[in-house]
Amino acid sequence: MHSGVSASGHGHARLQHHFDDLEQQREASTFGMWVFLCTEILFFGGLFTTYVVYRQRFHGVFAQASRDLNVVWGGTNTAVLICSSLTMALAIWSAQINRRKLVVLFVLITMAFGLTFLGIKTVEYKEKFDHHLVPGPHFHYVCPPGEPCHPEQAEVFFSLYFCMTGLHALHMIVGVGLLSYLLVPSWQGRYTSDWHNPLECIGLYWHFVDIVWIFLFPLLYLIGAH
Amino acid sequence: MNSSDTTSAELALDRPSYLHDGYGWKSWLLTKDHKRIAILYLISITVFFALGGIFAMLIRLELLTPEGDLVQAATYNRLFTMHGVIMVFLFLVPSIPATLGNFLVPLMIGAKDLAFPRINLLSWYIYVLAGIFILWALIHGGVDTGWTFYTPFSTHYSNGYVVSTALGVFIAGFSSILTGLNFVVTIHRMRAPGMTWFRLPLFIWSHYATSLIMILGTPVIAVTLMMVAVERALNLGLFDPRLGGDPILFQHLFWFYSHPAVYIMVLPGMGVISELIAAFTRKRVFGYAVVAFSSIGIAVLGFLVWGHHLFVTGESVYAATVFSLLSMLVAVPSAIKVFNWTATLYEGSVSYETPMLYALGFIGLFTIGGLTGVMIATLGIDLHLHDTYFIIAHFHYVMVGGTIMAYMGGLHYWWPKMTGKLYPVFASRLSALLIFVGFNLTFFPQFILGYLGMPRRYWEYPPEFQVWNVLSTAGASVLGVGYLLPLCYFLYSLFYGKQAGANPWGAKGLEWATTSPPPTYNFDYPVVVDEEAYEYAPDARAVARQEAHSA
Amino acid sequence: MRSLPFFPEEATAAAREVDLMFGAWLGISLFFTALIAVLIVVFMLRFRRRHPDEVGKSEEMGPWLEIIWSAVPLFIMLAMFFWGARLFFVQHQAPPGAVEYWATGKQWMWKFEHPNGTREINHLHLPLGQTVKLTMTSEDVIHSFGVPAFRLKQDVNPGAYTRVWFRPNRVGTYHLFCDQYCGAEHSRMVGSIVVMSAEDYAAWLAGGPVGGQSPVAVGAQLFQSLACYTCHEMGPGWMARGPSLQGVYGHQVPLAGGDSVLADEAYLRESILLPAAKVVKGWQPIMPTYQGQVSEEQLIDLIAYLKSLGSAPAMGTGAVNPPGTSSPMEGGPAGSMPASPSAASGGGPRSK
Repeated sequence: MHSGVSASGHGHARLQHHFDDLEQQREASTFGMWVFLCTEILFFGGLFTTYVVYRQRFHGVFAQASRDLNVVWGGTNTAVLICSSLTMALAIWSAQINRRKLVVLFVLITMAFGLTFLGIKTVEYKEKFDHHLVPGPHFHYVCPPGEPCHPEQAEVFFSLYFCMTGLHALHMIVGVGLLSYLLVPSWQGRYTSDWHNPLECIGLYWHFVDIVWIFLFPLLYLIGAH
Repeated sequence: MNSSDTTSAELALDRPSYLHDGYGWKSWLLTKDHKRIAILYLISITVFFALGGIFAMLIRLELLTPEGDLVQAATYNRLFTMHGVIMVFLFLVPSIPATLGNFLVPLMIGAKDLAFPRINLLSWYIYVLAGIFILWALIHGGVDTGWTFYTPFSTHYSNGYVVSTALGVFIAGFSSILTGLNFVVTIHRMRAPGMTWFRLPLFIWSHYATSLIMILGTPVIAVTLMMVAVERALNLGLFDPRLGGDPILFQHLFWFYSHPAVYIMVLPGMGVISELIAAFTRKRVFGYAVVAFSSIGIAVLGFLVWGHHLFVTGESVYAATVFSLLSMLVAVPSAIKVFNWTATLYEGSVSYETPMLYALGFIGLFTIGGLTGVMIATLGIDLHLHDTYFIIAHFHYVMVGGTIMAYMGGLHYWWPKMTGKLYPVFASRLSALLIFVGFNLTFFPQFILGYLGMPRRYWEYPPEFQVWNVLSTAGASVLGVGYLLPLCYFLYSLFYGKQAGANPWGAKGLEWATTSPPPTYNFDYPVVVDEEAYEYAPDARAVARQEAHSA
Repeated sequence: MRSLPFFPEEATAAAREVDLMFGAWLGISLFFTALIAVLIVVFMLRFRRRHPDEVGKSEEMGPWLEIIWSAVPLFIMLAMFFWGARLFFVQHQAPPGAVEYWATGKQWMWKFEHPNGTREINHLHLPLGQTVKLTMTSEDVIHSFGVPAFRLKQDVNPGAYTRVWFRPNRVGTYHLFCDQYCGAEHSRMVGSIVVMSAEDYAAWLAGGPVGGQSPVAVGAQLFQSLACYTCHEMGPGWMARGPSLQGVYGHQVPLAGGDSVLADEAYLRESILLPAAKVVKGWQPIMPTYQGQVSEEQLIDLIAYLKSLGSAPAMGTGAVNPPGTSSPMEGGPAGSMPASPSAASGGGPRSK
């Protein structure tokens, strides 16, 4: 089995005492992250189920209300997240080729993309707030003329919009936080071809959050497109 | 390497046991040792069990008379709600996995700890935080929605602290998820050399199945309660019919978790029973592989039956039919276990120590609970019995007569391992008897009440129901005493109990191949496994072959 | 001991069947429980440990025992499942000829309405031997209508209608309970079903509590006072702004967007409260909502009135007259459409 020291002599992860060797530790961590992501699928799944039920029931109003969402912002965010997944993968690749400065660079770029996403989301939320589309006591939806609609049903759409994108944004914030946790060890060169498990695990989480958005975007933003 | 080879003398420690490896509150509250975390859970779970039990006592006292005369209706509604919330989420769901599971899973598979010790400690802190939320809500007046939080009552009509209680349950869910995650990864990745899947003790199989449910089911109730909290706080319309929402959707989402949750509660108990039966017959459990797979089967099928809670909501007859059929099917693996345990007694070497008394009690009471379950899975009968005391009796038979009996049995079996002390035998047998008798006296009359039509959650009831209610309350008093006794004699044993050796029961299993209590990293030697589970007879197959030849 | 209650009275034929079913399960359960108990006791005694180091004897057995004790319980459960499902299907669909009553649950009382308009609170008087279909809704939270003597219950939901039917075959007074926790006075939301002989019932109806107008009559008045007729009916002032409601109940209604929907109580209720949710094909979505202007009871009256309107389906005859918009009822075989009770009550002869 591996000893604790890598061939390159660079820094490596400390072997935790309850594991027999680094290989076991790495496999356990990665497996643990996959299991955690399964729980996240079910977590978002409850909201997606609710969405499907109400989309079926209020077909027309959902499509109408969806047109109040800004496809340009949403589309930009989608592109931003896809790029961030790319840079995350590149960060891992950089560790695999032992380029520690590149690792730091790509982690930083990924974080920047994440913050961009959150910034655009903030702009969108503020827009909704200004147009009285935030569910609650100040909600006021104006039905487009000539089309059948009930504002209560639009409120259900926006409730789901805020719950789903809000939960997603929360996960993004956690993701950015996790990435910042990687910066110092990356700079110290702790992630090498022999050991870069924390990068991998957080990378898995980041890709998952990206995939959730890939589902959210069309379901929320694109159903009203003619 | 097997446990009967090593004697206590050979296992004398040159390292302190986990109990003595560091003193002071920091060494406990910042521990990474799964055994200490198990003890932390044991203490906090016992506190919440006591609280839930006090509410139960108040409920039963009120129900002594048909009139509402002990407490007001609003108080009564809070009592049964808090009883349910605390017992389900803060006691039953964590009980066996977080105490016995945390303590024993690494020991039984020959590992030094769980895969993620710090996450294990985090799960306990999350549990405590959840408890604090719920206690805060309780102190400020509590919540009166029933533990089921049905909408639109919980979202728009209740005057209680719904949001904080819902948040408390939400947080408790994460404790459960992290425990399950830890177990799954540990069982997959940290088994000792030679410990193949089919050499695992059945306790491990049932905890693995439980963990699958924890991981896949709990997130759904978390997000559902989150929606309830958001709807209540912001007056949204997700479940409010006046705003186009569907209150029945809540029920579907809620029960999608809460039905599998009952298997989270009972599967670990079944794992304990398998261990007890094997240990006190000194025999391999009959049909080991079938029992192992039945745990997985229960976990999978358990996700497919939630609609049987919605038979009278007006759900589609076709959906109801499918759910009824599946609910019958999920009873089959449980029935198999009961038969297999009984068959294990045949040609075993049966002894009557206290843990075995609990195991046998479990088999009887779980059989009754399970049979009443298929009764109410029968559509025509559920029309009558839904939301009556029959349902209450059914789930208390499986949860209390089942899970809690198993928990008590497990505590009595592994207490010497966990603490290194033996408890007084007579007191333990007395309390087992009191619990068995008290339990039946409390809950059997409730089957009758239910068939008579007495609804659940009633503070006042028609006078003709009184006689059964009085019997039930009498039983509850006996049951209460039965539960108090172990608290006393377990504490007594810590100070005055005799030293337990490494293996006071003469049982098989890696946990008995180390000292009582074990050292911090469990084993003082590298563990290698070269025999099947429960190999009591030196070579059982050789013996059978010999007999076959001579016959 | 003699007066210890074990079973409620049986007041319907269905109640008897439930008791038989339960009795069968009781017998099966007693058998298996006794079997396990006896085996445990026998094995415990016969194989008790005689020596501290004694171990048990494992043996390899064929799979037959496992198969038998899996298959036998499965078979028994399947038999009971079929029996229970059959009764459930029967209970779900009221037979033709059932007399329609209405019930509204609200915190914390029951409001009943007889077909002739008599209203009762918490108590429902019924004649012996009459098949009753009760359509129910809630004004606030979820309640449940439960009568132990009939061995049935049905949840009562806000924003929807649920149905239950029964045919009492025994004179007496039977408990009515609210069976779904609904708040502070849940345990006081109780009442009784009073089953009387036909003569006694007629006498009670004649001289009893407020004999108001039938729901149909009240509904007709509401149809006028709420000005529904200005858009929905031929007559003076008809301006073809909305589809005619003659015979709408029980038929498929084609919707804008291509789907069609069955016009049952739920559809009619939704159309009054949320008219833009389902717009009839060929009509403009101009109907205003009556949310907040009609109570649940008024909705019941309006729906009763609409159900009583004519037999000839005449849909979509508006300013734009799409061809072929009327469709015969596609109700399907009896018992298979839980959302569409038989349209026999109140309406004329209609083919199914």
